[in-house]
Amino acid sequence: MSSNAAHSVVEPSNTSKSVASILVVLYALITMIPLFWIVITGFKSPPDSISYPPKIVFEPTLEGYCNLFTTRSRQTREYVAALGPPEGICEEITRKRQMVIVGKSNYWPRFQNSLIIAFGSTILAVFLGTLTAYGFSRFKVPLADDLLFFILSTRMMPPIAVAVPIYLMYRKLGLSDTALGMILLYTAVNVSLAVWLLKGFMDEIPREYEEAAMIDGYTRLQSFWKVVLPQATTGIAATAIFCLIFAWNEYAFAVLLTSGSAQTAPPFIPTIIGEGGLDWPAVAAGTTIFVVPILVFTILLRKQLLRGITFGAVRK
Amino acid sequence: MAQAKSSILERSADKAAALTPARMSRSIKGLSDRAVAWWFIAPTIILLLAINIFPLIWAVKLSFTNYKANRLNAVVKDVGLRNYERILTDPDIWLAMQATAHFVFWTIFLQTLIGFALAYLIDRKFRGHAFWTTIILIPMMLSPAVVGNFWRFLYQPQIGLFNYIVTFFTGAEPSSFQMLGSVDLAPWAIVIVDTWMWTPYVMLICLAGLRSIPDYIYEAAEVDRASNWRRFWSITLPMALPFIMLAVLFRGIENFKMFDMVTLLTGGGPGSTTEVASITLKREAFEKWRTGYSSAFAIILFVAVFGLANIYVKALNRVKQR
Repeated sequence: MSSNAAHSVVEPSNTSKSVASILVVLYALITMIPLFWIVITGFKSPPDSISYPPKIVFEPTLEGYCNLFTTRSRQTREYVAALGPPEGICEEITRKRQMVIVGKSNYWPRFQNSLIIAFGSTILAVFLGTLTAYGFSRFKVPLADDLLFFILSTRMMPPIAVAVPIYLMYRKLGLSDTALGMILLYTAVNVSLAVWLLKGFMDEIPREYEEAAMIDGYTRLQSFWKVVLPQATTGIAATAIFCLIFAWNEYAFAVLLTSGSAQTAPPFIPTIIGEGGLDWPAVAAGTTIFVVPILVFTILLRKQLLRGITFGAVRK
Repeated sequence: MAQAKSSILERSADKAAALTPARMSRSIKGLSDRAVAWWFIAPTIILLLAINIFPLIWAVKLSFTNYKANRLNAVVKDVGLRNYERILTDPDIWLAMQATAHFVFWTIFLQTLIGFALAYLIDRKFRGHAFWTTIILIPMMLSPAVVGNFWRFLYQPQIGLFNYIVTFFTGAEPSSFQMLGSVDLAPWAIVIVDTWMWTPYVMLICLAGLRSIPDYIYEAAEVDRASNWRRFWSITLPMALPFIMLAVLFRGIENFKMFDMVTLLTGGGPGSTTEVASITLKREAFEKWRTGYSSAFAIILFVAVFGLANIYVKALNRVKQR
């Protein structure tokens, strides 16, 4: 209806709307090119991936994905010919390049490390963050503003500046290159975001609900557990996803404090090497698998994104 | 009076709560509010003290020594303020600060310009704007390291898609320029990637700012027959300004400590043209193993970020009041 109003200031005119939509869609499409390119590179053969001019039409292959998960060694033509029938698509592809699969690559273990560390630190950070946010939201805490600033400021620290002393501390405590060490570290970084975000969500839950419950005989803890927590589930879920994404994406601490057994995927992906330099299809395949969960989470989170990136201050 | 009384009461309750072991108080079931507050807040504070503050104090201590973390048996000497003096007069550090300033200035300039323009367009609320906004937001959710790594692929001389597109539109020879290998282009290569990645962030916050402007102000301007131009400069921009400032501050802090993306793209090179502060710090600490010296540099960077963060929180609170 309002769009029919002859001259409304609040509702933009149809021309300005269509101009805006064309420009925004154009920007969105251009900004997606790099990502699109990485996804399709994952399905190219190594020669196709480095051809000039770059190929948009090509014969898709799973070679990148096979190379990502395996290690291979080159053999003579006779040796390959003498082998029995190939088992599975990856063996077939490798043999065409006169190679045989000799084992599994480190991608899957690194991916598992990423999962363990991201989920472990998220659970801890959200647990601590929920309690602390409730504490700040409901009680008069002495020096509350200073404590909250202190909590936030820990997230602002340059990771490399913190990494120097943490490296020394972890070496003393035997936490270098352990999943536990990384979980504790990421928890400490994420808990600040969790506190700030969740405090915002909890401030929005009316106190009257708990007060009513407490008049009915609930203790403070019971009313927290049975009244506040169920109301805060959306906020807790959104916070958890933000923590998960941070831990999933983190590189600086991971590359400095882990080298083997606890290394996560981000420091590993750039090191995937094929014969004669980087194996770009395998790198692209590894990137694609790593990025897909983030895309899903971004879509799930779209309504809460603004809150998340401003530590809960801007709510729309 | 009443206040003083209640605080004494609270304090005694606090003492009582502190004296009561956790299990016992749980069995009493009626933890006082004060005790609940402490039990809920303390674990977080303790974790942050252990993982952030304790190492930081250690770093302050080390910054006055010549300690080297790869030589455990060497004698550690107290050098006083010499590390700080050397950092402030070290030409390499000043080069790194210049590289950082170039990176921070241009990324913020471009991101604010494009981000605000996009937000302004999206605020026209055309059909499907929610969908396209979500698409635009994707880059900022990705891992900066992974982004740096795949942009390295796009920037490859000869075979890279970026080079191909530039060649296609400008007619330049494909082998005539190297985005990451040339001293002139590399600082811009990292600016482009950061802008690609973080413009959505600025856009999202600017959009919130534009949407916070109440309709009646525009209606009043209409009554006064203010021109579109006038309306933009005297209503839209000033009212969205606190939000723009917030985005600028946060991007400033983040890019001041930029490490991962640039490491993967150029590693600081060619030469040291893109060696931003964090990369210099990493080099001093983990390649040259000058732990004392790098600790001093870390403290200097930390103080700078801490100051910025202080301003950021004030800006946050100002926006919150809206």
